[in-house]
Amino acid sequence: MFSPAVLYILLLVAGPFLLAVFYAFSDARIGNAEMHFVGLENFRSILQSPSFRVAIRNSFIFTICSQIVVLVGAHILAISLENTFRGRGVIRFLILLPWVAPIALGAIGWKWILDSIYSVITWVLVAAHIYKPFSAPMWLGEPRLAITSVLLVHSWRMLPFATVILLAGRTAIPKDIPEAAAVDGAGFWSTEFQIIVPMMRPIMSVAVLFGLIFTFTDMTVVYILTAGGPFDSTQTLPSLAFALGIQGSDLAAGAAISLFLVPLLVIIAYFMLRVAHRAEVT
Amino acid sequence: MAVVETRDLTKIFKEGQIGAVNNVNLETREGEFLVFLGPSGSGKTTLLRMIAGLETPTSGEILIGGRVVNDLSPRDRRIAMVFQSYALYPHLSVYKNIAFPLKAQKVKKGLHKEKVEWAASLLGISGLLDRKPRELSGGERQRVALARAIVREPAVFLLDEPLSNLDAKLRASAREELERFHRRVGTTSIYVTHDQVEAMAMGDRVMVLNKGVVHQLGTPTDVYDNPADTFVATFLGSPPMNLVELGDVIVGFRPEHFRPASASPDDSVPFRFKVENTEYLGSEWIVSGTLIGGKLEGKEISSRLGSARDLHLGDICNFVVPRRELKFFDRITEKRVEPRALSWQ
Repeated sequence: MFSPAVLYILLLVAGPFLLAVFYAFSDARIGNAEMHFVGLENFRSILQSPSFRVAIRNSFIFTICSQIVVLVGAHILAISLENTFRGRGVIRFLILLPWVAPIALGAIGWKWILDSIYSVITWVLVAAHIYKPFSAPMWLGEPRLAITSVLLVHSWRMLPFATVILLAGRTAIPKDIPEAAAVDGAGFWSTEFQIIVPMMRPIMSVAVLFGLIFTFTDMTVVYILTAGGPFDSTQTLPSLAFALGIQGSDLAAGAAISLFLVPLLVIIAYFMLRVAHRAEVT
Repeated sequence: MAVVETRDLTKIFKEGQIGAVNNVNLETREGEFLVFLGPSGSGKTTLLRMIAGLETPTSGEILIGGRVVNDLSPRDRRIAMVFQSYALYPHLSVYKNIAFPLKAQKVKKGLHKEKVEWAASLLGISGLLDRKPRELSGGERQRVALARAIVREPAVFLLDEPLSNLDAKLRASAREELERFHRRVGTTSIYVTHDQVEAMAMGDRVMVLNKGVVHQLGTPTDVYDNPADTFVATFLGSPPMNLVELGDVIVGFRPEHFRPASASPDDSVPFRFKVENTEYLGSEWIVSGTLIGGKLEGKEISSRLGSARDLHLGDICNFVVPRRELKFFDRITEKRVEPRALSWQ
């Protein structure tokens, strides 16, 4: 009965994973059939590479910061979408769009919005006389701005999902509870932070854990927006693994880099399972 | 402590529809236990929620302690409310639940412990302070909700069907406890219920509502013995008052006053009554059947008797109603009118 699932996991998850482990301890290269066991050599050289250190730092910055932006933004959206008003359905649909659209399409859209020559943002800033023509910031060309841009696109991508989850969480709270808080004398902020948010913690952790995994393992946004540049300043673990392993033909290095994702994802997966289990029990 | 007053209070949820609450004028008395009684959809909860500030009136005024509070938020009205579901904060311990109003009202932190312990001991839940709401029984939750309401010594207590989630046995004891609690605290309380037994047992006064309109406001004896109209007459009492149309009036009498002829005083109206069903309820019997002969041929009537052992299905017996127990209502307005002489045959 489970065999299709088992087969699927073996073929598509366990196989590539074991292959990656195997490559990581070898000197495999694309276009070269010879392969030797090299022990920890790949890991040693990766750890010494500055690009790798930047990639690890970026992976964490993108993941953690975008989750913070997403949580705050999704909260505000959920609060404003909770009450009925005219056009709520349309607005909910628009907010959900980034999630439904393929991530590559969204990223290409942003690439144009942030483009060095055709950027609509730059155009607006110039038109508003905030910047002179040709002196406007290069959104994807300067390390700090590029990092911020990637981060915001990641947030834009995860926002709809988190909003929908938080909205569901809010509507699941009986109306009596915030009303009781109002009668008890709590204002907006204390009702929000002492009652509503703590009550939504389980469902919020689902949104956060999903967001962590999606953002941490994603390479599309970085690859399309900056391809890791300028000067590898926006590389993340997945994009660096792709750049070195596939584009740079150094399969062994790419495999070793992607293995660094494993411990972190194991931890996140553990917490996800715990949350799911707790949701089942209560 | 304070008096709650409403002036022409109206709530219309959807424009063009009849109001959920229509022109309600009401004034509580200092420290009284006032019950809003009515069937579901009668507007009693909406009325209570307007007093609490959870619902904005369409028109009219609400005064608490002589001050118009229409524009005040719930937190500024010095009221406490116990919800039907109790609305305990599930993630907080009992202690923190009770302390929440103090915290929200920025009462000095040093006073919290003392006040929470006072409220908890008043309701006999001192031993439960470390528990979470989900670890409590229905009755305990209700007490926590009451403790949370009392802890900041509100001017007015609002209770929205707080007993309806309890099972029948617990409800009786919780009702008694609530009465005792009110006597001890003495805060003006407004209590919403659809259960006439609760209303009669607990209320200093009872306000009977239907479709957003006040039908009668009076003591339990008043509303039971002297109903203002046929709605009150039939809503209170189980089985309800018997109503029969005679000419331009409706005559009503309670089932307990419709008795076999032998046990009656002299000045009474005689009936021929065909027994069609008897129910034994332990301490009493409910006998139902139809009247035979005269203008009232075929009218369905019920009777409440201490014993109906001598009555059998199909029996036709002589029953009477003491004349002073007859209530008269106008046939059109259905309002109570003066007694009058009638020809029954």
